[in-house]
Amino acid sequence: MSAVAPDGQDAGPAGEPGGGATVATRLTTHLGVGGVITPLLTTLLAFVVGGLVVLATGHDPFGTYKAIFDGTGLNWLFPWTSGADRDTAAINLQQTLILTAPLILVGLAVGYAFRAGLFNIGGQGQYTVGAILAVWVGSSFAGMPAVPHIVLAIVLAALGGAAWAAIAGGLRATTGANEVITTIMLNWIALWVGVFLFGLGGPLQNTAQHDVPVSNDIVPSAHLPVFWGDPQLQGLHIGIFLALAAAVVYAVILNRSTKGYEARAVGFNPDAARYGGISVGWTYVLVMGACGLFAGLAGAIDVLGWQFRVATNDIQISQVGFLGIAVALLGRNTATGTCLAGLLFGALLQGTSVRNLDPSVFPPELAGNLTTIIQGLVVLIVSADVLVAWLVRRRIRRTAEPPPTSVAVT
Amino acid sequence: MSTVAASAPGRAPAPRAALLGWAGIALGVVAFLLALPPFTVRSAGPSLVVGALAVAAGAVALSAGERRLGAFAVVAGAGGAVGGYAATRSGVGNLEAVVSWGALCAAMLRYATPLTFAALGGLVSERSGVVNIALEGMMLMGAFFGAYGADKTGSWVLGLVIAVLAGAALALVLAIFAVSLRADQIVTGVALNFVALGVTGYLYVDVYGDQGTPDGLPRVPDIKLHTDGLGFIGQALDQQNLLVWGGLLAVVVVWVLVFRTARGLRLRSVGENPKAAETVGIDVLRTRYAAVVVSGCLAALGGAFLSIGFVHSFSQNMTAGRGFIALAALIFGRWRPLGALGATLLFGFASALAQRLPAFSPSGATLFQALPYVLTLVAVAGIIGRSRPPAADGVPYRREG
Repeated sequence: MSAVAPDGQDAGPAGEPGGGATVATRLTTHLGVGGVITPLLTTLLAFVVGGLVVLATGHDPFGTYKAIFDGTGLNWLFPWTSGADRDTAAINLQQTLILTAPLILVGLAVGYAFRAGLFNIGGQGQYTVGAILAVWVGSSFAGMPAVPHIVLAIVLAALGGAAWAAIAGGLRATTGANEVITTIMLNWIALWVGVFLFGLGGPLQNTAQHDVPVSNDIVPSAHLPVFWGDPQLQGLHIGIFLALAAAVVYAVILNRSTKGYEARAVGFNPDAARYGGISVGWTYVLVMGACGLFAGLAGAIDVLGWQFRVATNDIQISQVGFLGIAVALLGRNTATGTCLAGLLFGALLQGTSVRNLDPSVFPPELAGNLTTIIQGLVVLIVSADVLVAWLVRRRIRRTAEPPPTSVAVT
Repeated sequence: MSTVAASAPGRAPAPRAALLGWAGIALGVVAFLLALPPFTVRSAGPSLVVGALAVAAGAVALSAGERRLGAFAVVAGAGGAVGGYAATRSGVGNLEAVVSWGALCAAMLRYATPLTFAALGGLVSERSGVVNIALEGMMLMGAFFGAYGADKTGSWVLGLVIAVLAGAALALVLAIFAVSLRADQIVTGVALNFVALGVTGYLYVDVYGDQGTPDGLPRVPDIKLHTDGLGFIGQALDQQNLLVWGGLLAVVVVWVLVFRTARGLRLRSVGENPKAAETVGIDVLRTRYAAVVVSGCLAALGGAFLSIGFVHSFSQNMTAGRGFIALAALIFGRWRPLGALGATLLFGFASALAQRLPAFSPSGATLFQALPYVLTLVAVAGIIGRSRPPAADGVPYRREG
């Protein structure tokens, strides 16, 4: 896969914008034009195609989308929602935001790598490692005061995710092993290690029930504080603020720090970066480490915020890290975009959850799969830049002047 | 690819070193076998001695410049000694329950078959220069549409046909995006995995609901050979599914087509240097389209084997990462049909062993599941020889003019 060859040489046609081979090169095109219109069109198109699937299988797409929207709780934002509706909406919105927080973080984990020309498919594994460490710390050290306990759990989880991701970065730097392959492998290794640890007879299996493959529970003092809603009914914990803070840190590091500059330089052109005195290998390690930091944090806030335990089944069915790819691509790897895309997918997950959707309108079991289809379509549309190309062509036709070279797609 | 070139051994290793390497690997295997049925040596001594010999042979081979085989021999020797020692520590009854060679090899073939089909699919696609991360999705399409087709038509043959068509359809989408639109192949592949997961899950729930696929699903038949008298190999081959044989046949067919025909040479040249290929008149885009679609057909057959050849039902996300193991096998097998077959058999053996090990160590069995991924990680990292993909793998081709 010399698309991202160890020595950074693309076998593709050099110097042709849009014909560039690395993910980063293509995304430069994607980032260069279209403003917020491209992601909006992408989303719209994906929803339209999803609606067609609903229609083709004999259901009402508008009723379905309305029901999903009501389930997200976003109608809480409308001033005319009142009374019992408003209370329900508040609870739903809390759940949406609980799901949004880790999505933002894994989105940042994927996006940061993209900016350095790396493709981090390993968000899922890094998330899992973070969750494992968080549940281990959170369920041990029972006598510890709350704040240091939570901080310790979060920091260890984030560092664990970082170390896990840095394996891929280190292999890329030292042996040139393609990070796409290594992160995929690390995902599955993390999954089976997790299943081993919490499974029957595993070293971290719970001490109370020997026939249930689940971890010990997090001690109550290590739960993240809930600031909106009832802590007993899974109110909104402070994880969303951690995610937003991480997005700010992401933007500052990337745009205002030396390391961020080096990461972007390597992503833009590794050879030029090396010529300019940047250690490309070390940058790969640091970038992947930072990615793992975000993803590990996501695992920690899910465990400490609302799951409170990890079952082997949770590890095997979790898709959060993969959703992060969609979040990052739709959010164009910017902090703001990632937060908004995270909210979109968080809302979709919540709106299509079994608990929320009225089965008489649309079966929730179908809705979950609809979410997966929409998510796939979003990534598919982003991958081809077709919309961007179309927009650019239209703009060229309108202004009737030669396009700037940097956006000359197709 | 200067880094790759620099890491290759500077001088050609002597043939004797290669021989020594192979001997070391064989000794390592023997070290483990000694402690297992039917030999069941109950003392660790012989295993340790033979294992040490294997390590020594590997070390000599290494120092003579045979890095890959030498390293393999060292690992095999150490592994054999440790495995042999572990086996002598467990009870004879347990050993015989786990290590029943006939059943183990039969299970290995069954577990390996879906991987073999998908890995061959990946091979065809990647040899033409299109990275196929969507193998998982294509398998899933094959698994669902195989079951659906067999159910609706009442015939497993038509089920297979429909499965292949579904896999080809998903592959065609990959081809349109990756070849014509020059999209990033990895991002497209990731997207198609989601789409396939969503579409098959959606249709499954829509068609079958809570009931699941019906019990009387037409099955791909087994072939009875009456070879069960012929030792454990005979037992393993005695009653295998038609598609198990199909998978082995596909390895030969793909090997001949890709490595022994003019068409195959064209395919590989497109994957190594598309511009040069086009210069001599090969249609790069058409070749890649064909390769990707064939890839989808093969992966779908692997998926269909899962649903109507092996499990006899479909469930959501039933491939459960097998497409990625196939990808791993392809890389571990160095993008070659026989290498891929060897890798899928190894991974299949790990699965078969993992399925039987819980008899006396449930948690240890789980770790076996991670083996394919660890081995592949080691392989791509170049610790034991390096796996090198086709030069233009993953690079969209842009036609001049």
